[in-house]
Amino acid sequence: MVFMSPVSRGFHRRRQDSAENAGRVPPGQYVTKDFPVLSAGPTPHTPLDGWSFSVGRPGRQKTWSWAEFRDLPSEDVTVDIHCVTKWTKLDTAWQGVSVDTLLDLAGHDGPFAMAHCDGGYTTNLPVEDLTGGKAWVAYAYDGQPLEPEHGGPARLLVPHLYFWKSAKWVRSLELMDTDDPGFWENYGYHIYGDPWREQRYAGD
Amino acid sequence: MAGTALRGRLTWQVAQVLAVAVETASVRTIMLDVPNWPGHQAGQHVDIRLTDEDNYVAERSYSIASAPGEPVALTVERLDDGEVSPYLTDELRAGDELELRGPIGGYFVWEPNDGGPLLLLAGGSGIVPLRSILRHRERTGSTVPVRLLYSSRTLDDVIYRSELDKPAVGVEVVHTLTRHQPPGWSGYARRVDAALLAEVAWPASTMPLAYVCGPTSFVEAASQALVQSGYPPQRVKTERFGGTGGT
Repeated sequence: MVFMSPVSRGFHRRRQDSAENAGRVPPGQYVTKDFPVLSAGPTPHTPLDGWSFSVGRPGRQKTWSWAEFRDLPSEDVTVDIHCVTKWTKLDTAWQGVSVDTLLDLAGHDGPFAMAHCDGGYTTNLPVEDLTGGKAWVAYAYDGQPLEPEHGGPARLLVPHLYFWKSAKWVRSLELMDTDDPGFWENYGYHIYGDPWREQRYAGD
Repeated sequence: MAGTALRGRLTWQVAQVLAVAVETASVRTIMLDVPNWPGHQAGQHVDIRLTDEDNYVAERSYSIASAPGEPVALTVERLDDGEVSPYLTDELRAGDELELRGPIGGYFVWEPNDGGPLLLLAGGSGIVPLRSILRHRERTGSTVPVRLLYSSRTLDDVIYRSELDKPAVGVEVVHTLTRHQPPGWSGYARRVDAALLAEVAWPASTMPLAYVCGPTSFVEAASQALVQSGYPPQRVKTERFGGTGGT
């Protein structure tokens, strides 16, 4: 039986998506021009000389310093991002290192990854969602160094999944055999988080 | 940061509006009868979904204002360029149906055995989940000491004002009015920053637990100041209302 939503008496649409946005806004989302910030705790401020990035299994990781990381080949990408709190932002411009590049250097050593971040945040992703030109570790937004409140010095960028998967202040990708839940996934958010299937919460 | 037990699937359900109470000129509290409510924790939120006659759907998240065990109440601030909040504050009335699902979120929550002392920092409508925490504390007979610092633009913008004027034993309520103060105002009259928190916040040495909720700029400034004064970051829980995040 299909559940039919009741019409909300007196409710009328106010937002109109322009024709050029057609097909770009997932169900239940609305377009914003702002860049809202959502984080569970205070914004960490990690000095660049103490920053590093690691990829791999615990104990056998490839690690880059900030300078080494910035010397890796980077890409400029313009993508739409979708936050589980309902906002979608179109045409966001980032610069960063493709996760393909990182895994090619560190070794493809497992089917799942846990992103670990300053502040203790974690999120889990299948490696196949991090490869094939679908994910980056981004350090610039709109041509400027990424601000701390938006995840700087560097954040994961996985635009085809809800934005909580694009972990701020990311410091490592730990490769794993199983798809263990990360921070929000442990609090009832969806293990995968596809906005086009509206996978906001466990069971969606 | 261990998670709470996973709940089952969050299904949409139709609640009935019992009453709509005026809090301020732009804020209403919507009291709901949710027939299959599984219960909630203080600090959680719900998703609501509006549907128009052309099947256009708008979804937003709102914090729960009531304590666990009380009927679900949502406090909503009207944002004039919003699509959902003006409907909830101006159009919705007792007897209407409202589709929702929840509760959602398990990190920005407080239970009596989480202890304290508690420092609650609210900017504007960021008071809503903190009010749920205050009511939960009182209803459970908790004696955890609480300081609430609540930043509003003017006295008329203070939500739950009469309730906050009569705090429970062990709860100190401190207001700051950032835009306009009435004659004879004895509270603070400036933005929340490190200097103000040095006067109001529990010292870090007392091992306080802090909940900070409000607009992004408020949360960034307040949480940063707490960390710099020695609060461990994992003892500072935040919830930010981004630019249009709550419309």
